[in-house]
Amino acid sequence: MDLLIDADDLAFVDEARIFFERDYPRDIIDKARAGIVLTRDDHVRAQQALQARGWLGVGWPAEHGGPGWTPVRRYLFEQELERAGALSIIPMAVIYIGPIVCAFGTPEQQAHWLPDILESRAMWAQGYSEPESGSDLASLAMTATRDGDDFILQGSKIWTSGAHWADWIFCLVRTEKTARKQDGISMICVDMRTPGVEVRPIITMDGSHELNQVRFDAVRVPATNLIGEEGRGWYYANVLLSAERVSYAHVGRKRADLAALAVLGEERLGANNGFRQRLARAGIMLDVVEISVLRVLTGDAEPAAVSGLKIACTQLAQEITALWVELAGRDRSALVDRSAAGWSAQAPAVPGFAVTRTASYLFERAQTIYGGSTEVQKTIVWRHLARGGALGRRA
Amino acid sequence: MDFSLSGEQQQLRDSVRGWLKSHHGFEHRRAISRSESGWDAATWTAFADDLGILSLADIAVPHDAVTVMVVMEELGEALITVPFLETVVTGAAVLRAAGGEAAQALSDGIIAGDVRLALAWAEPDTRYGWQPRTTRAVREGNGWRLDGLKSVVVGAPWATHLIVSALTDTGTSLFVVAPDAIGVSLMSYPTIDGRRAADVRFEGVVLSGDALLGEEGAALPVLERVGDISIAAMGAEAVGVMRRMLADTIEYTGQRKQFGQPIASFQVLQHRMVDMFMQIEMATSAVYLATLRLEAEPAERARAASVAKVTIGEACRFVGQNAVQLHGGMGMTDDAAVSHYFKRATVIEGEFGTTDHHVERFISVAG
Repeated sequence: MDLLIDADDLAFVDEARIFFERDYPRDIIDKARAGIVLTRDDHVRAQQALQARGWLGVGWPAEHGGPGWTPVRRYLFEQELERAGALSIIPMAVIYIGPIVCAFGTPEQQAHWLPDILESRAMWAQGYSEPESGSDLASLAMTATRDGDDFILQGSKIWTSGAHWADWIFCLVRTEKTARKQDGISMICVDMRTPGVEVRPIITMDGSHELNQVRFDAVRVPATNLIGEEGRGWYYANVLLSAERVSYAHVGRKRADLAALAVLGEERLGANNGFRQRLARAGIMLDVVEISVLRVLTGDAEPAAVSGLKIACTQLAQEITALWVELAGRDRSALVDRSAAGWSAQAPAVPGFAVTRTASYLFERAQTIYGGSTEVQKTIVWRHLARGGALGRRA
Repeated sequence: MDFSLSGEQQQLRDSVRGWLKSHHGFEHRRAISRSESGWDAATWTAFADDLGILSLADIAVPHDAVTVMVVMEELGEALITVPFLETVVTGAAVLRAAGGEAAQALSDGIIAGDVRLALAWAEPDTRYGWQPRTTRAVREGNGWRLDGLKSVVVGAPWATHLIVSALTDTGTSLFVVAPDAIGVSLMSYPTIDGRRAADVRFEGVVLSGDALLGEEGAALPVLERVGDISIAAMGAEAVGVMRRMLADTIEYTGQRKQFGQPIASFQVLQHRMVDMFMQIEMATSAVYLATLRLEAEPAERARAASVAKVTIGEACRFVGQNAVQLHGGMGMTDDAAVSHYFKRATVIEGEFGTTDHHVERFISVAG
């Protein structure tokens, strides 16, 4: 056992660092740093820059155009990306559905969808939660009814990130009423331009539009858009969910935040012990979380520990946003429109970070809700413990 | 020892609650906060004429802290936007400390519904310290010349008069400044809790001699006291805000069904809501303490106010965050009332000193 990084991986870190300095669009890093609201086109250009180096399809096998990295190398890449202040890859297409299509899609589906994802010609959304099915996702009610060579979709999805930017959406739908609810669920991909698909914005409390409700009214979808086998959607979705849970860690971004908080904290608060102690504790937790993430990535941790880690990562993320708001003091109150450069002139006495970080404090409340709330994750962990999981591998 | 309300206070509470219930529902609040000016004229007029609560700003009589507490809790529960705290509590406390004819005239104006105040005290580098760093007033002839920059002056876009703290030759002093005076510029913006604030710049603003409020150079202890009065009143507002969040959460979890039952039937959520309740109870006691110690000697008053602000700050965070969490995705939306209450709670946490700030202040005054 050791914490050493291979010479090859160290060389890769240097390569990645140089890439983000030289070959990644500087204006996008600057725009993100300046807290200006990013557009769809910003994300497309950022992802195209990664793909120019073959680094976009991070979790994909090489034969489908991924870089074919080991989990550790992928982790190091993400560290460098976040360290540089580059945009995180929008997960729906690249991180969530891409690997599923690679693993379970037909050759036709792979040829149809994967190149468009890698070239950022298509954005995707994830259609899981429904108005009446959140924590109890398996109770989902949106139906897909077979009609010749098609399915007819009827129902509604909610909390759909980026549906207003998406060209495609992958949905969990009910194709059959079964004794065990999970068995009647299938996964199907829908072209967002299909008649009967309607996107309604949901404005969140930070004032931003990221979430949507998507309604499907008699939407006709070719049966060839079904992923894998009918009735196996729940299985595919759970393969997705574990990838989703680790992708929350953002250790690099958290490190960058803590470093910035230390500098600004000294500047604005001097020797306030409460703040310094909280900041130190966040740093301590981050060191430990990083090892846990690496354990998950290298297969050392059990699935229940992944649920536990999602809780730890999201709580740490929220604590970091709380430290920013503490630093903002009463400047947290200012709300200004950040759609254009020079926005901070609207509140010249307020530091820019107070505006952007307060918005994050509000929006990141969602972290402990989405992707399986903290309460639901704890139930998952408990089921594992109740089956005798407390002793781990030593049992 | 007596924690009971007088018959008059109970009546006032009931009439304020009744009026807000029938005239200041959440849809009204939403429409007002989204309007261009954010100004709720109807509510302010009713406060003056129908409810008479602006008369709590009358400086001819002593500050009635308990009645203010009773009213503020109701205003918190209804999530009002109007500057009652800024004008009737904070502003009037400054006027009361200053005394004199000019102050009485402003007090009369408030009671009539014509005068609204905003206290411009914080600057980009002062954090929670009351002493200005860069805003200065220098004598010029019989009057003054004012220069400086104030940050996040809550209620300034609605104010008829600004009260501005500034350094003068002998220390910190307070001035009454018209927002439309030459050399005053307001950069107005909404606040996250749906109200309005402004950063205010003063460039060579010429003030007459009677713009000085109270004694020159003697404002620091006044502001310390005004801060504690404001903390007590805002704490009562916070209790109202939190009670509404808990009630909404109990209602939502009772209706929302997952796994074939209302989610409120899960013990983990029940216990969370009990924890929220306990936090609110502690906050209520803390507000009593701060309110009933306002007339104590300064160190004791400050200690009680800091105890209250720490307790309220922690409660605002715990109750607010969990109210959102238990509402699930719904709690994240602009449509849900709870997100707006959460944002007000977040602002209250940061006004007049955060929890960390008041822990430090407690250490320094408790000795």
